[in-house]
Amino acid sequence: MASGRRAENLVHFARILRRAGLHVGPRQVLDAVEAVETAGIGRREDFYWTLRATLIKRHEEHEIFDQAFHVFWRNPKLIDKMMSLMLPQTEVPSVESEEEKSRRLAEALFGETALHREEEGEIETDRSETFSGEEVLREKDFEKMSLAELAEAKTAIARLRLRMDEVRTRRTRPAANGPLIDMRATLRATLRSGGVIPLKRRSPRRRTPPLVVLCDISGSMSAYARIFLHFLHALTNDRDRVHVFLFGTRLTHVTRELKHRDVDEALARVAARVEDWDGGTRIGETLRRFNVDWARRVLGQGATVLLLTDGLDRDAGEGVAPEIARLHRSARRLIWLNPLLRYARFEPKALGVKALLPHVDEFRPVHNIASLAALADALSDAHIERKPERRAA
Amino acid sequence: MSLPSNIDETVELLTRGNYAADRSLATVIFLALKMGRPLLLEGEAGVGKTEIAKVLADALGRRLIRLQCYEGLDTGAAVYEWNYQAQMIEIRLAEAEGVEDRAGLGKDIFSERFLIRRPILQALAPAVEGPPVLLIDELDRTDEPFEAYLLEVLSDFQVSVPEIGTIKAEHPPIVIVTSNRTREIHDALKRRCLYHWVDYPDAARELAILKLKAPRASENLSRDIVAFVQKLRSLDLYKNPGIAETIDWAEALTALDAVSLDRQLVNDTLGALLKYQDDIARVAGSEAARILEEIRLAARAAA
Repeated sequence: MASGRRAENLVHFARILRRAGLHVGPRQVLDAVEAVETAGIGRREDFYWTLRATLIKRHEEHEIFDQAFHVFWRNPKLIDKMMSLMLPQTEVPSVESEEEKSRRLAEALFGETALHREEEGEIETDRSETFSGEEVLREKDFEKMSLAELAEAKTAIARLRLRMDEVRTRRTRPAANGPLIDMRATLRATLRSGGVIPLKRRSPRRRTPPLVVLCDISGSMSAYARIFLHFLHALTNDRDRVHVFLFGTRLTHVTRELKHRDVDEALARVAARVEDWDGGTRIGETLRRFNVDWARRVLGQGATVLLLTDGLDRDAGEGVAPEIARLHRSARRLIWLNPLLRYARFEPKALGVKALLPHVDEFRPVHNIASLAALADALSDAHIERKPERRAA
Repeated sequence: MSLPSNIDETVELLTRGNYAADRSLATVIFLALKMGRPLLLEGEAGVGKTEIAKVLADALGRRLIRLQCYEGLDTGAAVYEWNYQAQMIEIRLAEAEGVEDRAGLGKDIFSERFLIRRPILQALAPAVEGPPVLLIDELDRTDEPFEAYLLEVLSDFQVSVPEIGTIKAEHPPIVIVTSNRTREIHDALKRRCLYHWVDYPDAARELAILKLKAPRASENLSRDIVAFVQKLRSLDLYKNPGIAETIDWAEALTALDAVSLDRQLVNDTLGALLKYQDDIARVAGSEAARILEEIRLAARAAA
């Protein structure tokens, strides 16, 4: 095959990957062309690994890549015909289930006709596989929120500014009375002055630690979760290193969706991602998923964890205690926000609540805008650092 | 030692270096060497990412320069630092001799003579045996500012020292970057690298690795160990045992003169394999016995 034709095919292939939602830039395509020239195309296996090393940069992307590779390089002609059917790319989420990946690829390869067919099939399979029939597999309609309610919440939440407590980092900045001596600046000053050595100083920088939010979106929580999502949207766009997870019967990472500037658009994307709105809660199971899959990736650098749930658990608290204990040990500060606290006579009787209670650093109500404001204050209070920072000797 | 000229030679090179590599890894290493691009290796802790760089340096006869990342890593520790003590003495001497030329003195003490070269600058210096292997280990441990700094280094292989000027590598080093993925590396940096996800090995490859790294363990014991570890990885533990743990465990068992696994032995030595108390509590006892039973059945079925 002439190299010109091969390059053309590669460009074509890259375009398909891009339509399937992978981040393939022109630079990667050039790399791929160069790499294929370098490695040759003697073996199909080598060709596969060559393209994979150059075209994808995230572990999650490899499944879509695999599927596309096997379809495309078996018969590029077929794809050529299908390309004419292609419709403009739709918005794609970042992390998704197997079916979604296939659907995205089908969409990229064959256009929207295939998508509809896939979707019908998907709902059926999902029903049979999910935890229970009671889980409500439908998109939560945010338009149901009354306009007055929405406007009120929006304005109030937009005014909330979260100033988090800060932790010391190991970076330094120049400071007149800092505890460390800046040798480089001192030396420069010495050269200028001669005689006495004018000591220049530095002090450690401080920065807010990452914030991880685990928000319960089951039926009993839905009224609060809706408003809380507005708050989380403001939070995610206000500062870096915020990670938001929603859970009911499963755990969904929605940080990327919430990053969209426009709050309505962001929440619509979240709604499209989440499959277990208003269903039951499996606190133990979802916490376990968080601990195993995410904790090491998002809880570094002294993260604060906000857990929003009423503690009412479908599994009657089964498996909650060890998981919350583990979470507590991995986080610098664990704050439980419970809307049920609005009742003055709230008593921790539910098993889930009993399991959670011993392992939280703070227990706060969150049922109206006033309590959200109180939370913002509490988070910015630098005096309640539970675990002392580790300092280098 | 010259660079391999195709993928087969790369496989050979790694095998000679006592590294049981699969073809996918050999392919990306070959490409990284040939295209002169940094190689980003991501994967769980203990799958042998760091080892790859060591083996590569060894097999190619190049120097290995290792930069271990940590939070707060700055240019003073990673790139260069001035030798302040020596500079101070120089200034005092100059003053004692009554040198008046302050500008000249400034130039003098900020010369290469007082420059302390840290790993990145060392990697840019020319070497007789060929460019060194620069291992930037556990990049996810450092913070975003350092990552941003690396961008310049990794794309142009040059470093600017304000007092001296730009130092550029005549022949770029072979760069291996590793990450345990405790956080996501920035896309800009990833785009400059070839990317490879290093996975846990399958049973056959793990057995091959064990033969290379723990040769004193008997054939029988090695098989038991690999089968047991492979089963553990399917248990959804907090921290799956990596290859490093498998090797440790094999060595621990060999030290105890074990010839095959039994329940007591597993319980006593589980600490070499699992590092989280929750995981140990879950596996020790009945779960370990169950896995052992499964292994025995599978072995009998295969025989």
